[in-house]
Amino acid sequence: MALIKNGELVDDIWVTIASAFELAGASRPIVSLELWRAERGRFRNTNAPLGIRLASDQSPALIANDLDRFEVLALEFPKFTDGRAYSHARQLRERHGFCGEIRAVGNVLRDQLSFMVRCGFDAFEIASDRPLEAWRDALGEIGVWYQPGADGQTPAMVSRRTARGQPC
Amino acid sequence: MYRYDEFDHALVSQRVEQFRGQVARRLRGELTEDEFKPLRLMNGLYLQLHAYMLRIAIPYGTLSSRQMRMLAHLARTYDRDYGHFTTRQNLQLNWPKLADVPDMLADLATVEMHAIQTSGNVIRNVTADHLAGVAADEIEDPRIYAEIIRQWSTLHPEFSFLPRKFKIAVTGAARDRAAIKVHDIGLQIKRDEAGEVGFAVVVGGGQGRTPMIGPTIREFLPKKDLLSYLEATLRVYNLLGRRDNLYKARIKILVHSLGAAKFAAMVEEEWRHLRDGPLELPADEIARIEAYFAPSPYARLDESAPELEALRAGNADFAMWCERNLDSHKQPGYGIVHVSLKPEGGAPGDATSAQMDIVADLAERYSRDEIRVSHEQNLSLPDVRLDDVPAVWRALAAAGLATPNIGLISDIIACPGLDFCNLANARAIPVAQELTERFSDLRRQHDIGDIKIKISGCINACGHHHVGHIGILGVDKKGKEFYQITLGGSADENAALGDLVGPAVAYDDVTDAVEILVETYMASRKDGETFLGTYRRVGLTPFKEALHGAH
Amino acid sequence: MTPQKLKIVTANRLGDGAVVYLDADGDWSARLGNGWVALDQDDETALLARAAQAEADLLIVGAYSMEVARLGDGLAPTSQRERIRSAGPTVAAGEVPAALPATPRRSA
Repeated sequence: MALIKNGELVDDIWVTIASAFELAGASRPIVSLELWRAERGRFRNTNAPLGIRLASDQSPALIANDLDRFEVLALEFPKFTDGRAYSHARQLRERHGFCGEIRAVGNVLRDQLSFMVRCGFDAFEIASDRPLEAWRDALGEIGVWYQPGADGQTPAMVSRRTARGQPC
Repeated sequence: MYRYDEFDHALVSQRVEQFRGQVARRLRGELTEDEFKPLRLMNGLYLQLHAYMLRIAIPYGTLSSRQMRMLAHLARTYDRDYGHFTTRQNLQLNWPKLADVPDMLADLATVEMHAIQTSGNVIRNVTADHLAGVAADEIEDPRIYAEIIRQWSTLHPEFSFLPRKFKIAVTGAARDRAAIKVHDIGLQIKRDEAGEVGFAVVVGGGQGRTPMIGPTIREFLPKKDLLSYLEATLRVYNLLGRRDNLYKARIKILVHSLGAAKFAAMVEEEWRHLRDGPLELPADEIARIEAYFAPSPYARLDESAPELEALRAGNADFAMWCERNLDSHKQPGYGIVHVSLKPEGGAPGDATSAQMDIVADLAERYSRDEIRVSHEQNLSLPDVRLDDVPAVWRALAAAGLATPNIGLISDIIACPGLDFCNLANARAIPVAQELTERFSDLRRQHDIGDIKIKISGCINACGHHHVGHIGILGVDKKGKEFYQITLGGSADENAALGDLVGPAVAYDDVTDAVEILVETYMASRKDGETFLGTYRRVGLTPFKEALHGAH
Repeated sequence: MTPQKLKIVTANRLGDGAVVYLDADGDWSARLGNGWVALDQDDETALLARAAQAEADLLIVGAYSMEVARLGDGLAPTSQRERIRSAGPTVAAGEVPAALPATPRRSA
């Protein structure tokens, strides 16, 4: 597994842990929703770095009141055809105002990369046998977007007004 | 009609190059078929029974002559010299080679066309009324909103991996010529009590395995809220639509299981967060798109057209054609010419590249350069001066495009069926062909009057059989082709699903069965009643008895 | 004794989607009649493994096994769907009738 962040391959400083036993050894754990719920009291009483991983059927609304506690939200694509995490990422950015890292994990393929970026993902856990160049290329393939997204790229509707010298 | 600006051109060109890269990677083995399949589907490329099939988008069924000529060029250059117009106003080419498809898409881009999202679990081609802009009863041109929705839905990053495909239709009048009640989302342009124009929103209609008439979940949606409301609806579906069972994944299943009121409430809740935000449609944006569809000024003509009248009086064939294939236009002195793609013994909806070129020439010369594709697999020339109609008719007749049968029994809708389609259980085209041959007598056809026969080769219902006055569904019984027949379906504003008339009928018996049903109607009808009218009055029983009694 | 169902393996060619069959020489050909017949489950598994390799080698896509019956010296499909895959569409779609009438036909 490799991690892409800000267009570069970086070392992953986070560790996804499966059970409470592993917490002791992990300085930057990403926990499951179940573990978070079981240990919420303990987690809320510290400021140690924490991330959480949500399955595709687990809504961010379930942790909306605790988002300030997490630096990383890992959203799962169990199969790349399961598109629920796209909506979850947008809700996290646009409704809940989450500013930390939103990471795509699971079946993450380069042809979905630009969609993910537009929905607010800024980190991607990928199979390490694919070259980085391919991922960078994928990001540059489409530069024009009709609709507003969560990544701040200007949609065509607004660009057109600017081109015509109209106020936004 | 809409004209691409630099942004539209850029997006389509980038998309072509992106797909070119994806095809190259597929052919080098860097993408498996599983990884490639959703990508090729997002560009309308299917793998069918005998070959690949490319489905080209014709947004809301509107084409210029230049675009039609390009379709002819593609058919001639890369395919077998013909194409098939579908029930969603698209064009299908049945024999492209994988390596040629990026070039085909590049050619299409030069005339502002594409095949984006004509397949896959995405928002598909937004269809509209094929008489948009020229029908007298229209409140506003639905294509304005179909174009706005098209842009919003194209490469939408959040909605490219939905549970299942998603189809939206817009009608501009109370008379529904776009079948909105059997779409995932149907929009009807209407006025509220204050006279403001907006939409009634229907969600959860559909055909296929579990056909449903969609409920209205919002009686009135103001124009400015169109996209934010659609986004809320799609988000609810994306998150809650079933992903465990292919046959229960459409939004109609979700709406039905929650109930319309609960579903509507969930959409409203999501919408609270989206309305009045970046998706709000400014009035000047609507006006900008509207300007593309505003017709250029019509000539000021007399209502009468002496040459047409003289020909109508003197030529019985022309008179018969006028009765079915010429519709009145809201502008005096103009008419709407329907081009029948249903010749006797032909495959419904097919046109050769030569025929496409002829229609393009006629459109350029006589119809202000516009052609329409209906969802009943015919074409229309929407703006023909009545004075020019005789010349247009002669040209159409010489090309085999003047069968005077619009809306008659030989104007059959049929999917490609088992002759072409991977999903089919039975053939549809030869069933249609044999029916047109049995009913070839035009006088008899006129006597029977308005009747829509719709044939699907499988439960996916691409032939729209559920909403046929006579619906025919092909099924597989132990490797043999059988057909279920339904009666009384309708796709208009009084939408209804057909009733099963009895056990499935063998391939060899279908034509006889249909003839018996038609004869039953003829025997029972009262003054001027159509088939549908008679069926609604007398019900299923007389038809059931006529069919079963005969065996 | 009930005879075993005879099976062969079919697929579509990657480049143009044409229907092909795994034939007795291990090649993929358009002719069904020369298909490599699997007589039992083990045979079938082995043939499908060959197909998986052919897919990895970028020759074909979407292979599956289909039932056939012996017909004279050759083989024939047993379902309508496979008959059509083998012989092509049963309709001459897209062909305009040779003699186009100047006016639409009408019975006397």
